[in-house]
Amino acid sequence: MPLLVARLRAKMISDLMSAEETLSPSDPTLPPDRRVELGLDRPIRLDCGVELGSVTVAYSTYGHLNADRSNAILICHALTGDHYVADPHPITGKPGWWADLVGPGRLLDTDRYFLICSNVLGSCMGTTGPAEIDPATGRPWGLSFPVITIGDMVEVQARLIDHLGIDQLFCVIGGSMGGMQVLEWAHSYPDRVFAAVPIATAARHSAQNIAFNEVGRQAIMADPDWCDGDYQSHGLRPKRGLAVARMAAHITYLSEPALHQKFGRNLQNRDRITYGFDADFQVESYLRHQGSTFVDRFDANSYLFITRAMDYFDLAAESGGVLANAFRGTRTRFCVVSFSSDWLFPTPESRAVVHALNAVAANVSFVEILSDKGHDAFLLDEPEFHATLAGFLDGAAAHRGLPPPTGQRRYGR
Amino acid sequence: MMTLANGPLRVDLKLIAEMVEPGARVLDVGCGEGALLDWLGRNRGVDGRGIELSMEGVSAGVAHGLSVIQGDADTDLKDYPSGAFDYVILSQTLQATHEPRKVLENMLRIGRRAIVSFPNFGHWRVRAHLLFRGTMPVTDTLVYQWYDTPNIHFCTIRDFLDLCRELNVRVDKSIALDRDGRVLPLPRAAGITNLFADQALFVLSRDA
Repeated sequence: MPLLVARLRAKMISDLMSAEETLSPSDPTLPPDRRVELGLDRPIRLDCGVELGSVTVAYSTYGHLNADRSNAILICHALTGDHYVADPHPITGKPGWWADLVGPGRLLDTDRYFLICSNVLGSCMGTTGPAEIDPATGRPWGLSFPVITIGDMVEVQARLIDHLGIDQLFCVIGGSMGGMQVLEWAHSYPDRVFAAVPIATAARHSAQNIAFNEVGRQAIMADPDWCDGDYQSHGLRPKRGLAVARMAAHITYLSEPALHQKFGRNLQNRDRITYGFDADFQVESYLRHQGSTFVDRFDANSYLFITRAMDYFDLAAESGGVLANAFRGTRTRFCVVSFSSDWLFPTPESRAVVHALNAVAANVSFVEILSDKGHDAFLLDEPEFHATLAGFLDGAAAHRGLPPPTGQRRYGR
Repeated sequence: MMTLANGPLRVDLKLIAEMVEPGARVLDVGCGEGALLDWLGRNRGVDGRGIELSMEGVSAGVAHGLSVIQGDADTDLKDYPSGAFDYVILSQTLQATHEPRKVLENMLRIGRRAIVSFPNFGHWRVRAHLLFRGTMPVTDTLVYQWYDTPNIHFCTIRDFLDLCRELNVRVDKSIALDRDGRVLPLPRAAGITNLFADQALFVLSRDA
């Protein structure tokens, strides 16, 4: 890990540990990155059988928890996301991944809701993961980190919600792997989830998606700097492997129309092809850029563990082979959203979830949003998507007895 | 935010709405933008769900806070458990389904009662059109040409009643409507209704 990142992290932790002691959860002056150690009283038992004595969780909150503690929304981030939902990323300086959706009068209205987002277990932005130090050995976990599941991520989030003194979440929302967590929440803690919004996701990882993840992992492992997962001890990082993994994955987040519109066959800073292996095409240059910037902010072993957690996700298998069983008796209000050009989590995956919810007569809305932006559409400015979400949240808020929005709504950029 | 068209409920929908008792569980199949569900929610405290084919309709409904899924009567009714609803409503859609018989069976399986309305192909104007012009009928209620109509399974009131008999379905109520969806004061004889009703509305239940 670069020295800069390590220093930044150390500083943030020291700042935050002191903040934690003096401020209440709803204090708006809290920094965007806070830490808490969970599982000290009751160890967290993972699906693989390993017990984690305690887990550090990095998280952000926005807005105020109301007196009834009934207005909390848990935002679940995707594979390479983090808890910088609305604040600039500490390493890249880029705006938060859902900055357009969070704020006063915005869709996730900080005047009405108390928003929580935590960095998932196994990730690398402050929450316990393979890049952190194993207290038992005093060395980085690396590959000795236990293989985690989406269920384990949700278990840790549930501990955080306990810590914040919240019994029932008004809503759990997230896209892609975040949507898997939403479904897992609705399955594991049906009484703690009033409304659930799984976006561009699936109840199980498809064979094609496992295949793509495997390509990414093999790229990382093929990099000599990976050192069998022990690169931190050698002061190295498998940058090339991780960059290739990101490049391959990034293609799956887009669509052919999106790539065509953005780049077509346009050449990069040249008039003609060079008969070589330079990045002749803009699309190559773009992908290389995506790969090289990604390695500055993400840990390669985290990428291995989190993609594995996605591969293992299969809600039907957890429920006797019938997906509907995962939701039997649910009183949660669901809003399932897919995007027409998403080929990573195509609409039939969402429809399977909807059919399962129908089979148990659950309260469910389902919209396929017409978009040519591919899987990434859930992160982008899609007015119809945002109008749908706003309507669903307002409807759910009315049923939960939360006040309606006041003043002008602000959507988009 | 998108809003539903404000104003009074369409006449035929109003008729349906008033048959539903407060607090009932209702599934509206082909709910459009959800005008009926919205009215039932506001005025009857109904727990309403909708199924709609068009993306625009679904978006408008959900954006209005209604529980609507994108789907259609032919493929999406089979998933619901038996007896999940008090009423399953299918307004002006039966004739556009691929398998009307299966749709009707499913409606009566998942609902205690079904409310079905459809354009009556037995109306004298339709009959006269075919008899005298020799072309497929295009009227005020049936506005499509044969090659672009979504209505692939037209039936007359008599046809529909025959099917109900075959399926052992009890007809609790039948109402003849004019082309605007207003009640027609016709004598209660199937032959007369079949000749003069532009549309028909039935309340059905499983024969106990």
